Amino acid sequence: MSALETSDAPQQGSIIRPYGDTTGDGMVQMSFTLPLPHDKKAEGAALQLARKMGLDPALLVHAKAMGPDFTFFVVYGSSTHLVNLDDVHVVEREYPLLTAKDANLAIKKHLRRKLVVVGACIGTDAHTVGIDAILNIKGFAGEKGLEYYREIKVVNLGAQVLVPDLVARARAEKADAVLVSQVVTQKDAHIHNTTQMSAAFREAYPSGQVPVLIAGGPRFEDGSEKALGVDRIFGRGTTPGEVASYLVHEMTQRKARKS
Amino acid sequence: MSRPNAMLELDPTVVRKARSLARKAAAPVVKIAKSHTTVSVERATLRLAGLAGADHERVPWVNHLVTAVRDEVGLEHGVTTPVYDALLRGEAPDLTTLAQKAASGNVSFRLPAGREAAAAQRAAAKGVGVGLRTVDRSRATRDRLVKRHGDPKTKPWIYLIVATGDIYEDIPQAQAAAREGADVIAVIRSTGQSLLDYVPEGATREGFAGTYATQENFRLMRAALDDVSKELGRYVRLTNYASGLCMPEIAALAGMERLDMMLNDSMYGILFRDINPIRTFVDQRFSRQVHARAGIIINTGEDNYLTTADAVEAAHTVTVSQLLNERFAKEAGLEDWQLGLGHAFEINPEIPDSFRMELAHAMLARQLFPDAPLKWMPPTKHMTGDVFRGYLLDGFFNLVGAMTGQGILLVGMMTEAVVTPFLSDRDLALQNVRYVMNAAGGLTEDFHPPRDGFIQTRARQVLSEAVDLLERIVGDTDSAGDAPLLAAIADGTFGLMKRPATGGKGLDGVFERAAAYDNPAITSLDAWTPPAKGGRR
Repeated sequence: MSALETSDAPQQGSIIRPYGDTTGDGMVQMSFTLPLPHDKKAEGAALQLARKMGLDPALLVHAKAMGPDFTFFVVYGSSTHLVNLDDVHVVEREYPLLTAKDANLAIKKHLRRKLVVVGACIGTDAHTVGIDAILNIKGFAGEKGLEYYREIKVVNLGAQVLVPDLVARARAEKADAVLVSQVVTQKDAHIHNTTQMSAAFREAYPSGQVPVLIAGGPRFEDGSEKALGVDRIFGRGTTPGEVASYLVHEMTQRKARKS
Repeated sequence: MSRPNAMLELDPTVVRKARSLARKAAAPVVKIAKSHTTVSVERATLRLAGLAGADHERVPWVNHLVTAVRDEVGLEHGVTTPVYDALLRGEAPDLTTLAQKAASGNVSFRLPAGREAAAAQRAAAKGVGVGLRTVDRSRATRDRLVKRHGDPKTKPWIYLIVATGDIYEDIPQAQAAAREGADVIAVIRSTGQSLLDYVPEGATREGFAGTYATQENFRLMRAALDDVSKELGRYVRLTNYASGLCMPEIAALAGMERLDMMLNDSMYGILFRDINPIRTFVDQRFSRQVHARAGIIINTGEDNYLTTADAVEAAHTVTVSQLLNERFAKEAGLEDWQLGLGHAFEINPEIPDSFRMELAHAMLARQLFPDAPLKWMPPTKHMTGDVFRGYLLDGFFNLVGAMTGQGILLVGMMTEAVVTPFLSDRDLALQNVRYVMNAAGGLTEDFHPPRDGFIQTRARQVLSEAVDLLERIVGDTDSAGDAPLLAAIADGTFGLMKRPATGGKGLDGVFERAAAYDNPAITSLDAWTPPAKGGRR
C-alpha cells in the first residue's frame, strides 16, 4: 500500500494511477481473446497474461467460448504501474483557437487575399469522412467546415487522388495549404502515401515556397511530422476550427519570417 | 414474412406520384443507356464468351482484345462482330489465341458486311450463349441448394463482412462467421478496386482493407460457403460488389460463379467515386440485367448519402435514391424480391427523438417497398471509438431492424472506426443481434404508431420532401440539354457533389452505338423474362 500513500502526498501529485472507485486503487478493466478452447487452463492463461501486464490482483470476471478454438475474457485488476506526469511529454497547441469571424479577420489583415486550401484523400484511400468533416460546409462536431469561412477558398478534390494530380492542382490554384486525409492504415499505407506526397511537393516547389502540408487521420503518431515531411498532423476528433486556427497561425508566422 | 400493414397511413396518391416521377426521371437515362456501350460492357460480353486469363503483366486478355478492336475498327458496332469475324477468317483457333495475337498486333480486324457479318454474329451469339447458360445453370444450382439446405429460419438475414485482403484468410473467417450465425457473407473489396479499369486475375493475397474481386476468389469463397452450408443445414449467401469501372464484368463473373447478392447502386459510383455518369448508367443497366437473370439480389448504397450529409436533413435523399434504384432495377428486369434497397441508422444520437426518427424512416422504407428485402445498415458516422456507447447504439439499431421487418441486417461492430473487427467484436455483435431479435422480434405485431403521431408525421414529411426533390430533378435543365437527371447530378442536387456528364473517370471508354451495333449478350438479356412464380417466395 506504499504506492497509495505516495500518491496521496500533496507534493507528489505528479504520480498517477488509474481510478476505479477509490483514489489510488489502480483499477482497470480489459478484454481479450486467447486462441484456446474454454477450460480451466485457458482461464489460468488469461490470469497469467493479466499479471504479466501488471494487473495484481487480477480478477477474471467473464470467460466465454467463441466456437471450439477461442475464448473471450474480461479481466479487472489493479495496475501496479505508476505514471509520473513529469515524464509525460505531449504536443500542446501552440496557437490560439479562433472563431470563424476572427480567423476571417486575421486572414484579411495579414494576407489581404483569400487563403487557398486544397484537400484530398490520396492513394487508394476512399474514406473522405475526415477531409469532408474539415472542409465541407457541413463541418463536424457542431463546427462549420472551412468552406464556411469567407476568407478561405476550398478546393476539395475528393477520394483516390493521385499525388501528381494533387501537386498540379495545388500549383494551379496557388494553394497556401494542402490537406490530405488518410484513414486506411493497412500495411502502413497512410505513412507511405503521406511521405510520397510530401516528397512530391518538395520536388515540385522551390525551397521555402512549399505550401503548408497537413496530414489528417486517426492513426498518425503524435510528433511524427518530421518523419512524414509535413508541417502538421491532425488526429481523431480534430475540428475545422482547430485547422483554420492553425492555418492562420502558420501563415502569419511564415509571412513574418519572410518580411 | 408477415407483410406490415399500412401502419403509416401514407397517402396513396403521394406514393403513386413519387413512383411516376422516378419513372419520368429514369426514362431519358435508360434511353442513353440503350444507345451507348462501354469498354467494360464489351469486355463482360467476351467474358461470357469464355475469354479469361491475363498476360504475364496481369493485363486480362479481354482488355487486350477490346483495346485492339477499339483501336482498329472502334466499338460502335460492338466487339463481338469483328472478333468472331476474325475467328471465322481463321486468324486464330480460339478467343484466347486471338487475344494473344491481338496483344502483339498480329491480327487485323475489320467490320464484316452482309453474309459475313451475319455469320460472325451467329457465331458470337453461340459463343456468348455458353456464358449465359452458365449463369442460368448457376441460378438453378442455387435454387436447388436453397431447397436442400434451406433458407435462414428467421428474418432479417444476418449479414457479416469479411475483409482481410487475403482470400485464404477470408475463407476460414467467413466459415467461422457462418457458424456463428451469419446468413450472408460479404467480402469487402480492396480499397481502390472500383477505379481499376480491369478485373484482376486469380486467387489474391494482397489487398488493402479488403480482398480483390476476381473470378477465382469468387469461386473459392462460394465453394467454401457451400461446404459450410451443408454442415449447417442452411444456405449461406455470398456478396460482393458490382460497382466501379468494371461493374458489368464483375456482374458477369458473379453470375457465372453463383454469387448471391451484389452491391449495385445506380448513382454511387458517380457521386462518391467520380465515375462518369454515362459510363455508370450504361454499365449499370447491363450489370442489372445480368443480376436479374442470375437471380442475384442487389444491395443499393443509400447509406452513403447519410454518412456524407446530415441523416435528418438528408433523409428524403435516401427515399429518392431508393425510388430511382427501384425504377432502374425494374427496367433492367429485376423483381421485387431482388431489391435489397439500402437505408441506414445514422442520425446523431445526441439530438432529441433520434430513435423515433430512425423508426419513422425505417418504417417509411418498409412500407414504400413492401416486397423488397431492404438492407438495414448500422451506425458508422456516430461511432466515436467509445465502444461501450457504440454497443448500445448497435442495440438500438437492431431494435429498429426488429420492429420494422427488415430483410437483410448488416451487423454493426462496436469497434467501427477503430480497428478491423476482432473475432470477439463479431461474437459480441452477434450476441447483440440475437438478444434483440429474441427479445423483441415479435414487436411488429404489437407496435403500431398512433395516427398522426410523431412517427406518422415524420414519415409523411420525408416522403413529401422526396416528392419535392424528384420534381426538382425532373424539371432540371442544363445548357447542354442533358437528361434532367444528368443535369441534376451535374449541379450538385445529390449530396452537394457536382458531377457533370462530360466529366469523371472512364468517359473515354463510352461509345455511342451505331445502327448496326450487335451484342448477343444484350440481345439475349433484353429478350429474357423471369421464370414463372412458384420457385421463389
